[in-house]
Amino acid sequence: MTETFSIRKYLRDLRLPFCPGCGIFTVINAFLRAVHELGYEDLSKFVFCSGIGCSSWICSPYFEADSIHTPHGRSIPVATGIKLLRPDLNVVIFGGDGDIVGIGLSHFIHAARRNLDALVIMVNNMVYGMTGGQVAPTTPFKTKTTTTPYGSFEQPFDAARLATTAGACYSARWTTAHPKELRQSIKKAIQMKGFRFIEAVSQCPTAYGRRAGFENVGEMLKWFREDAIPIQHAEKMSKRELEGKIVIGQFVERRRPTIVETIYAMINGVQTNGR
Amino acid sequence: MRIAKPNTYFWQGNQACVEGAITAGCRFFAGYPITPATEISEHMAKRLPRISGIAIQMEDEMASIGAVIGASWAGAKAMTATSGPGFSLMQEFIGYAFMTETPCVIVDVQRAGPSTGQATKCAQGDVMQSRWGTHGDYSAIVLSPNSVQEMFRLTVRAFNLAEKYRTPVILLSDETIAHMREQITVPPSDSVKIINRRKPRAGETAFFGMEETPPMPAVDEGFNVVVTGSTHDEYGIRFTADQNVHRKLVERLNNKIGNHTEEISDFEHYNIEDCQIGVISYGCASRAIYEAVEKAEAKGLKTGYIRLKTIWPFPERIVRKLAEKADKIIVPELNLGQIHYEVERASKGSAKVIPLNKIGGGELITPEELLAKILKEAQKND
Repeated sequence: MTETFSIRKYLRDLRLPFCPGCGIFTVINAFLRAVHELGYEDLSKFVFCSGIGCSSWICSPYFEADSIHTPHGRSIPVATGIKLLRPDLNVVIFGGDGDIVGIGLSHFIHAARRNLDALVIMVNNMVYGMTGGQVAPTTPFKTKTTTTPYGSFEQPFDAARLATTAGACYSARWTTAHPKELRQSIKKAIQMKGFRFIEAVSQCPTAYGRRAGFENVGEMLKWFREDAIPIQHAEKMSKRELEGKIVIGQFVERRRPTIVETIYAMINGVQTNGR
Repeated sequence: MRIAKPNTYFWQGNQACVEGAITAGCRFFAGYPITPATEISEHMAKRLPRISGIAIQMEDEMASIGAVIGASWAGAKAMTATSGPGFSLMQEFIGYAFMTETPCVIVDVQRAGPSTGQATKCAQGDVMQSRWGTHGDYSAIVLSPNSVQEMFRLTVRAFNLAEKYRTPVILLSDETIAHMREQITVPPSDSVKIINRRKPRAGETAFFGMEETPPMPAVDEGFNVVVTGSTHDEYGIRFTADQNVHRKLVERLNNKIGNHTEEISDFEHYNIEDCQIGVISYGCASRAIYEAVEKAEAKGLKTGYIRLKTIWPFPERIVRKLAEKADKIIVPELNLGQIHYEVERASKGSAKVIPLNKIGGGELITPEELLAKILKEAQKND
């Protein structure tokens, strides 16, 4: 693409607080470029919700937009209140893995079940980064973190599959080593209805990489590139072959009635027929 | 029926709460089933769709109040209702609503705790929780109705206070007031005062400061509002380390309630200028005071009372006034003693403050029990 374009037009004039080498920069770029490519001149038809953690700072206060920065894990309920009253707005939720599938897991599953019209972008750095690198529900087995100094002894969640099973209309996983695919995926998801989930596996060199044995950011991106298995291939592989791999791609794309559609149909029915 | 037509009804307290909310302009409700608050969810689910409002049952109490806060920022008047265990879960978001200046109403229909306690039995054990439940330095506005009629009126007022001061308001109900049925007269809607939040003018940018209670935009009004529960400046920009920004914000948030204690305070009182024994009560427990005081007076004992309709901010001035006249103040409560400490504090030693407590089984304090206590304390020479 030869077009010169700066994502700055969507950003407030503030210095971003993220560590050098953080994967969040890639996610911000992918999202705002997707928005630009879809022809949005500004973010006025968007509302952003986020919780607590590094990735929850993506939109608040840096996006020049309406944004609600909620308590830890509670972005989805707040987004539910907004979307039910304002079905015309694009509701986008940014959060980390701890926020979305740790403390906020129940809200995430229920939003997928009730098919809340919202796009959830989960930046999965596999660790609690803001608090300094504690084990997360997404941390790979045997990984050393500050609260698992001898290696994690739990199995991680597969959030993209979880969203699929719970009823999401769209679910995909990419990594920060796949910025183009991530951007395309965000573009597609913004245009869809219903509950949409995109997981961006992302490097946290500060709180994850250095304890997990990575020398630098490049090594982490190399890991993402080399261990990423497209979902079409993964489906033909055994559980053992897939151990430690990152399955990327689109997990589901479907249409089913959203809560906005069903709740307003109910309201119309009550008002016209009395039931 | 949009809002309840002016007429006389025979309603349950929880239903009066719903009709009061709708009269006040509530158009969004989110809740989670819990005894003894469930009827509020049920009535809302029936009533709101008919007037283009939204009622939804969320996955838990945290999600319920979260959706209410989202709805408030989408421009709606919104409410949730729960009881003790759910009220505990909501504390996180109550602090958030306070910090982000989000108007909303939280109904806590008290039952016997701690923990699951006695779900169907009346209690007043959440009085201090309603004031201090969330963490950090904050101030609460808490209303306490003692009849079905007053439930209607105080629910309207809860919304008005929330909108006026841009803050969460707690309607501290209890199982007795919520479940009993009484005659209630719904006034003509044009006689009910309704307050709506002040909206910003075009070009305004400071929604979290500059004024004691700043104007509040909704999303998609072109203001690009930044809402955060983290410490923030007038424009909503986060300052997680600056001492002055934090102090300025949190002091203002507390002052905007504390400075208006007189205006917010609501109570009825009787004979406080000339009594030997005073009684201070609120909510279901206060229903005993009228008969007890009347009978004490019939026996020639100078008796007065204050019945609190707002508990927080605590109406110190009127309590102090009573303490200066009365020798003793009896404080009947359906807990092991909560407001009596506040009465003691406000009395500053001018009167002896005596608790009268009862818990468990949902048994109320009877007028006879209160009368016996009044007579006993009047005779005791201490």
